[in-house]
Amino acid sequence: MRTIARACALSLALGLTPLALTSLVLPVGPAWAVQPDEVLADPALEARARDISKDLRCLVCQNQSIDDSNAPLARDLRVLVRERLKAGDSDAGVMTYVTDRYGDYVLLRPPFKATTLVLWVAPFAILLLGGLATALFLRGRRGATAEADTAPLTEDERRRLDALLRKDDL
Amino acid sequence: MRRVLYLLPFLLFVGVGVAFYLGFERDPRDIPSVLIDKPVPSFSLPPLPGRTEGLSSARLTGDVTLVNVFASWCIPCKAEHPVITRLAREQGVTVRAINHKDKAEDALAWLTRNGDPYASIGVDLDGRVSIDWGVYGVPESFLIDRQGRIRFKHVGPLTPQVVEEQILPLVKHLRQG
Repeated sequence: MRTIARACALSLALGLTPLALTSLVLPVGPAWAVQPDEVLADPALEARARDISKDLRCLVCQNQSIDDSNAPLARDLRVLVRERLKAGDSDAGVMTYVTDRYGDYVLLRPPFKATTLVLWVAPFAILLLGGLATALFLRGRRGATAEADTAPLTEDERRRLDALLRKDDL
Repeated sequence: MRRVLYLLPFLLFVGVGVAFYLGFERDPRDIPSVLIDKPVPSFSLPPLPGRTEGLSSARLTGDVTLVNVFASWCIPCKAEHPVITRLAREQGVTVRAINHKDKAEDALAWLTRNGDPYASIGVDLDGRVSIDWGVYGVPESFLIDRQGRIRFKHVGPLTPQVVEEQILPLVKHLRQG
């Protein structure tokens, strides 16, 4: 009995070890599009480039960032972002460089400005309006129940009610 | 008053429905260019080997010009090529080109095979100048006015319809201006 248990434990351990090892060795997440030859030598600069790339839309496969996309244009833009950073541009400077060419459309986070006002404000406005409507409705209903409060029973009514209840008891 | 209030959700639903339905008609690939009405980006591209004239921003003033971004590996470019050839040869519009990320020998062979209506061609080997033009998918075509400003952009192959309805009227208008 004990040997069987031991064998089970052993095989379990043997089975799990490669799994544990692979999860240690392999990077987490999907395979990335950034190729080794694109990566900058300076890790700080590379980290900034990655952050910027994640916010830039690939115009070929439109719901991916250029950091995710394998499209040739995405690669060109990744290289361009790194070049601008090496040339000493600020993060905002790089963003402006790209939006000057492709417009706000490349930004995965739309900026807050006059043309995007509806986009940003609408959810809060709708929440506010909905809240207001709900509050008004609830208040109206409470008012209605208060109005429905009727006059107390008259002496005659009370007697008749008592009589009915007594009859019920029997 | 109350009745209107009860109808409000329904009316909102209809409004949203209509908006979404109209959205189906829109092409998500058609991204408005920020370069419209701006001067062409400053650039200078070398010619194809064996030719003398490339393309530079200086060359794009003085005459109304269509700038076509093409590549030999691009299938829609071949589809639009007869339309561009007609525009240049029969409708008298100056057409120049940016050869986008192409091998020179492929581009030359392609032009020999399909005809060369371009007044001059600049070679954009690494696609960097195309990025300055906001190009994200060949073919793309830009109409440049006499002051060297981009006035119109079309993404995808030019069709006779686009030429008749948009490009020719605009060329006529820009030539007067």
